[in-house]
Amino acid sequence: MENNILSEKLGSGKFFSGKMLSSPYIVWAAIFIIVPLGMVFYYGLTDKTGAFTLENIAAIMSAEHAKALWISLGLSLISTAICFFLAYPLAMILANMNVSQHSFIVLIFILPMWMNFLLRTLAWQTLLEKTGVINNILSFLHLPALNIINTPYAIVLGMVYNFLPFMVLPIYNSLVKIDPNVVNAAKDLGANGMQTFFKITLPLSIPGIISGVTMVFIPALTTFVISKLLGGSKILLIGNVIEEEFTQAGNWHLGSGLSIVLMIFIIVNMVVSAIFDKDGEGSFL
Amino acid sequence: MIRTVSKKIYIILIFIFLYAPIATLMILSFNASRTRAKWGGVTLRWYSSLFDNREIIQALWNTLFIAFVSSFIAVVIGTVACIAINHMGKRKRAVIMGITNIPMLNADIVTGISLMLLFISLGIKFGMGTILLAHITFNIPYVILCVMPRMKQLNPSTYEAALDLGASPIYAFFKVVFPDILPGVLSGFLMAFTMSLDDFIITHFTKGAGVDTLSTKIYTEVKKGIKPEMYALSTIIFVTVLLLLLLINKAPKEKNLAQ
Amino acid sequence: MNKELINLVDVSKSFDGEMVLDELNLNIHENEFLTLLGPSGCGKTTTLRILGGFVSPDKGRVVFDGKDITSLPPNKRQLNTVFQKYALFSHMNIAENIAFGLKIKNKPKSYIDDKIKYALKLVNLEGFEKRMPDSLSGGQQQRIAIARAIVNEPKVLLLDEPLGALDLKLRQDMQYELIRLKNELGITFIYVTHDQEEALTMSDTIVVMNQGYIQQIGTPETIYNEPENAFVADFIGDSNIIDAVMLEDKLVSILGTKFQCVDTGFGRNKPVDVVIRPEDVELVPPNMGTIQGVVTHLIFKGVHYEMEVTANGFEWLVHSTGMFPVGTEVGINVDPFNIQIMNKPASEDEEAAAIGE
Repeated sequence: MENNILSEKLGSGKFFSGKMLSSPYIVWAAIFIIVPLGMVFYYGLTDKTGAFTLENIAAIMSAEHAKALWISLGLSLISTAICFFLAYPLAMILANMNVSQHSFIVLIFILPMWMNFLLRTLAWQTLLEKTGVINNILSFLHLPALNIINTPYAIVLGMVYNFLPFMVLPIYNSLVKIDPNVVNAAKDLGANGMQTFFKITLPLSIPGIISGVTMVFIPALTTFVISKLLGGSKILLIGNVIEEEFTQAGNWHLGSGLSIVLMIFIIVNMVVSAIFDKDGEGSFL
Repeated sequence: MIRTVSKKIYIILIFIFLYAPIATLMILSFNASRTRAKWGGVTLRWYSSLFDNREIIQALWNTLFIAFVSSFIAVVIGTVACIAINHMGKRKRAVIMGITNIPMLNADIVTGISLMLLFISLGIKFGMGTILLAHITFNIPYVILCVMPRMKQLNPSTYEAALDLGASPIYAFFKVVFPDILPGVLSGFLMAFTMSLDDFIITHFTKGAGVDTLSTKIYTEVKKGIKPEMYALSTIIFVTVLLLLLLINKAPKEKNLAQ
Repeated sequence: MNKELINLVDVSKSFDGEMVLDELNLNIHENEFLTLLGPSGCGKTTTLRILGGFVSPDKGRVVFDGKDITSLPPNKRQLNTVFQKYALFSHMNIAENIAFGLKIKNKPKSYIDDKIKYALKLVNLEGFEKRMPDSLSGGQQQRIAIARAIVNEPKVLLLDEPLGALDLKLRQDMQYELIRLKNELGITFIYVTHDQEEALTMSDTIVVMNQGYIQQIGTPETIYNEPENAFVADFIGDSNIIDAVMLEDKLVSILGTKFQCVDTGFGRNKPVDVVIRPEDVELVPPNMGTIQGVVTHLIFKGVHYEMEVTANGFEWLVHSTGMFPVGTEVGINVDPFNIQIMNKPASEDEEAAAIGE
């Protein structure tokens, strides 16, 4: 009896997993996640004298910034769409193939990361150049040359290249979770392949799609590296504008204000995915 | 038949797309010409001169050091946090997990500048320390992501049974709980290590002058032209990891055959 | 017996080189409740999936109502399946789930609405139209899965261990429910289970399977009372399976003692297997028994006592309402009608098929 009470007490975590254990992370998260975000808001909503202002946020309306935002939105939406249409069939094929999930994740996602992200992206320059590998192949096949280096197309390609795995993984994860008998049931009830896909498979994978869209759209919208490496510094994305405010112009207030604008998009995206994916089904891993 | 063939072709095309740049870099590492625009024949020169290049070796050392230390600390904090989160009530858990997701869902550039602003206002000198703090911060969520599912599968009774049989909580944890979550902890470490290694954006905003990781070094070299030694180094790293993975994948298979 | 509706002709199937079905032949009649019964891996689910069209056989034909449907895809077949673990569409409400098949067939809305009402009434879940599958209990989900299948008016309903995920009490209720449904609908049910009690309770015909072979086909009574081989006897209920020698017609030597029986035609001095159900072993005072033994185990089971009696070197399993404490010397009698004689498997192959894993 006594033993029982003791084990209950220990089991409920009073000795072992109480505040003592959660506090290091809570403190860490407060200092390095919450406070820094607060600082972005503080800087974004004040001017150099420390007085409250909305000017830094309103600055997004200026012709130069608005243009950067529009280009960023356009390119990231296009990239997200391309990623989706490339990733969905791939995820479906892999989900039906009985591949070991682990080796698949490593191959598509982990292994390429060990070649530096900047170098990988730069390598596309070599591939895309006027006399680059791809154009050599194209001319060998008597096809017209591809001149997309330093254009928005190259940026889209860089985005798709870098973020495609982030679209494949969540969709794949939500597809393998579908009970094969649910698909069989639809066929059993008379649905043909197309009907089964659009009425059953696609709707059931929505959590994965939403998660994938988030994981691609946000980094694509906010990147400054891909545009710098593949866009030939002619095309400024909103990420480039913010980065320059911090590293060159030194106007942290303006940079923070523009970041707040970016965060509005991020928050909207997070809310949408929270609504569609209540149980975290389409989680990333 | 045609369907399975076209499926295979599709997969192959996607893999070519993902690995073409990697192959390109490997080939460039043997290029005798100094610019990547021209092919000057095969050479191994960059592989030998790599080790004389102090700056690159220092950047490599920094990168590995940061990746290792930040992943290790992230694993410790993250695993302990998982135990605590697992015992929390639903609401509290939802709040903590929500906060945990912020660095993963937020844009890297925002995470980077927010940490930069924090370090400036706290008056912390930029350098190795700030990079480490930043990397630990964005690594912890990946550790939690990997360990949490394992933790949920855990049968709480085994821990209680160990206590019931007279084990101290610490002993019970390391003997009963830890072995079960170890795969999650290891994949969390690998994930964090990889993320840290590949990070550029957050390091870019939190590094001081004079400290460079491979990423930031490459970024500063972009305008002047990447040194061919960099290709050589990347190739060495990539091939090493590839071989390690092949070894790990092969080892258990041979065991099965022996049985 | 009604007319034949489905014929499986020489159906074989192997997965990864492992034979799951070996030249299976089976005829299924109209309005029959047929159960495929056997341990896991016996091929019963594969048989059902071949009927449903989810697996195509390597060899052999599936004939439905006189037409060969072997290569017809599932969506073109006139049978519907109730899947293991229900397989409801979790993103649709109950009404949408039930309407799925009808919408595919472009039935008018009023017809669909009537059908939903009728089906929900049939499974006793009126008013559940707007609920989501997740909010239903296991038993309720199972009823919806049945409703979803039967609104399509299939000629045959295939049920793949539909009660496997339910608890005991619910399972018993659902058994009666299924019998009622079957009678109201007047269609063929093909039911897969590994639970012999379920099979005995519900079926018109039981097909006992093991390792891809049919072991015996018969009514529940035949299967229980007259198992054709040791596997069937062992699988259906508890039984004493004893090596014996058929001395002549109606006389068998069990463990060296002569017993009267009713079987004939086995020839003289032929080794056989004898099956005696535990409830058919009568315990009497030692001097009144055909053979004598000692009670070695005693457990109270509620309806009866379960005892083990060692007699002539064999452990007899006995079910009796009378109680004999451990150590009691008892006599054993068996009514000649309750001694079931079975041929020993002729070859090793057949034995493997019969005894199983």
